Amino acid sequence: MAKVKGAVVVNTERCKGCNLCVVACPSDVLILNKEANSKGYNFSMMENPDDCVGCAACAYVCPDACITVYKVRV
Amino acid sequence: MTTNEIINPANLVYAKTKVMNDTPMHYCPGCSHGVVHKIIGEIIDDMGVQENTIGIAPVGCAVFAYKYLDIDWQQAAHGRAPALATAVKRLLPDRLVFTYQGDGDLAAIGTAETIHACNRGENIAIIFINNGIYGMTGGQMAPTTLHGMKSSTSPNGRTVPLNGHPLDITKLLAMLDGTCYVTRQAVHNVAGVRKTKKAIRKAFENSMLGKGTSIVEVVSTCSSGWKLTPEASNDWMVENMFPAYPLGDLKDL
Amino acid sequence: MSDSKKHTHEEVRLMKGNEAIAHAAIRCGCDGYFGYPITPQSEIMETLMDEEPWNSTGMVVLQAESETSSINMVYGAASCGKKSMTSSSSPGVSLMQEGISYIAAGELPCLIVNVMRGGPGLGTIQPSQADYFQAVKGGGHGDYKLITLAPASVQEMADHTVLAFDLAFKYRTPAMILADGIIGQMMEKVILPPFQPRLTEEEIRTRMPWATLGKPASRKPNVITTLSLDAQEMEDTNIRLQAKYREIEKNEVLFEEVECEDADYLIIAFGTCARVSQKAVDMARAEGIKVGLIRPITLFPFPTDIISKYADKVKSMLTIEMSAGQMVEDVRLAVNGRVPVEFYGRMGGMNPSPDGVYNALMTKLVNK
Repeated sequence: MAKVKGAVVVNTERCKGCNLCVVACPSDVLILNKEANSKGYNFSMMENPDDCVGCAACAYVCPDACITVYKVRV
Repeated sequence: MTTNEIINPANLVYAKTKVMNDTPMHYCPGCSHGVVHKIIGEIIDDMGVQENTIGIAPVGCAVFAYKYLDIDWQQAAHGRAPALATAVKRLLPDRLVFTYQGDGDLAAIGTAETIHACNRGENIAIIFINNGIYGMTGGQMAPTTLHGMKSSTSPNGRTVPLNGHPLDITKLLAMLDGTCYVTRQAVHNVAGVRKTKKAIRKAFENSMLGKGTSIVEVVSTCSSGWKLTPEASNDWMVENMFPAYPLGDLKDL
Repeated sequence: MSDSKKHTHEEVRLMKGNEAIAHAAIRCGCDGYFGYPITPQSEIMETLMDEEPWNSTGMVVLQAESETSSINMVYGAASCGKKSMTSSSSPGVSLMQEGISYIAAGELPCLIVNVMRGGPGLGTIQPSQADYFQAVKGGGHGDYKLITLAPASVQEMADHTVLAFDLAFKYRTPAMILADGIIGQMMEKVILPPFQPRLTEEEIRTRMPWATLGKPASRKPNVITTLSLDAQEMEDTNIRLQAKYREIEKNEVLFEEVECEDADYLIIAFGTCARVSQKAVDMARAEGIKVGLIRPITLFPFPTDIISKYADKVKSMLTIEMSAGQMVEDVRLAVNGRVPVEFYGRMGGMNPSPDGVYNALMTKLVNK
């Protein structure tokens, strides 16, 4: 069975750390970084990249359009 | 395969539409406006109408919509967007003309403009963001504020004797013969985002087909105004706003 | 009369001032009219609806749900670089002030016609000039000016329609025709302006590169906005607007001088009052009293210089208005105390008679 693997790239300066992507992710891939960006927001990041399936749920709900999603079949 | 190997343009499945520029949006973290802006940009991109679109921005939080989507824009006075859109569409019938309005703009100060544009069946799309509060001015009561809901001008909660009832203007607009498509959506989860995108796409297509006025209400959150986290705002919206403003099509001709 | 010979005979028509505006608008290539009925100017929209210019020139005519809406339709149309207009009468123009302020701030060209009636409040449907302050001093919020034309005949109702659009587009600013109910309602001979085609979209894109017609890939988005949260940016906008108004004051003053050359006394009046005053001038001249008349045709820019010039020549001046005395303040500013400036007017829909003006001339100036 083909396995799907994904990855997301967060535009960390654009991210406002609203956490909606973290909530939306079905695979618990994302968390908010303990570090803040230059505006003081704890931006989103992949904590468990191996679990990402590239479903783009995070990107769909992101209000600041700061998530880019990639996906491959392996 | 490593993450760095996956991150390759050939594997791209989702990226910010090029219709939305790189200017950071001024909205509060988690605000529904950003999602709806993004959706509109994606639809304009998908339809290939960036050169052919004129947006009318409101007064309210979304007054700066023109900073984020690379199309021609007009910024209306408070509530007057449907009047501007009427003239633009009548003078340029082959253009895609839409208004983007909040609940105060559309359902209070612009009630007359909204109802009459819809009643004339202007071939425009109206995107209506309903979060039950005035965000830009600091959380005052809106026409759509729920019974008992607190705001800075209803600090002890909206009461009927003092403030009257929440206005379900979308239901009212669906009754008008000039409207062809009236729907209520939300962008709180992936399914909602997909449905809202489909709805706005249909509204835009109706505008180009000359079918009449389309209204897409997006029941939305205002974390700052509601004094909740973005996540809790979504939950509060599902629990409190949806019963008063149920999602789904009210009219689809 | 030599001018009229350039036109064909059949173009000399008898009509109301309001009708002349409608015909002139169609003929000068107006793209859109948006209005709301109110006496005494409803014939403008009625004439347009009857002419159905959408079948001939393609001009859009729409009856809006209110004056608020009609001025904002003009705002939308003007933002597209389209030649657009509205018309109303005093209470309706009050309702439009928000939109007019936006149009001035957005630096958009358009024409607003105010066929004034007596106020304040709902007032009367009889003629008045009591919206002078509202027209020339701003009217809505913020520092802005309207190019303001004051027709005194049906012919000028037609001519000023063309002129107002030309000036509005020349300076990217709203222009107003400030007529009174008499000029709107009375019938006179008029030679309508020649037909000129509406601008094509390509012409608009070339001449009005700021117009929001849809963004080609070759340019950045055009945005018509009046919002600057940055106060310095807003002051810069104001400085630019004020420079434009000074330019208009320098270049566009229009007035008519009647028998001023040897005058000992000067009457200043616009619109209907100028016509009444001219009769009073004739009556006084018959008595050997040397009286002249200056009729401002542009109220903004105001003919300050010519009035100032005569302040060094005449004994005193008299301003005649259908108001409690509004333009008289601008006359006094021009005169700056050098000679007495008196006022005679009627209010609330009453208009001065030639006898009334003559008597005012005698009691307030000649026999004082």
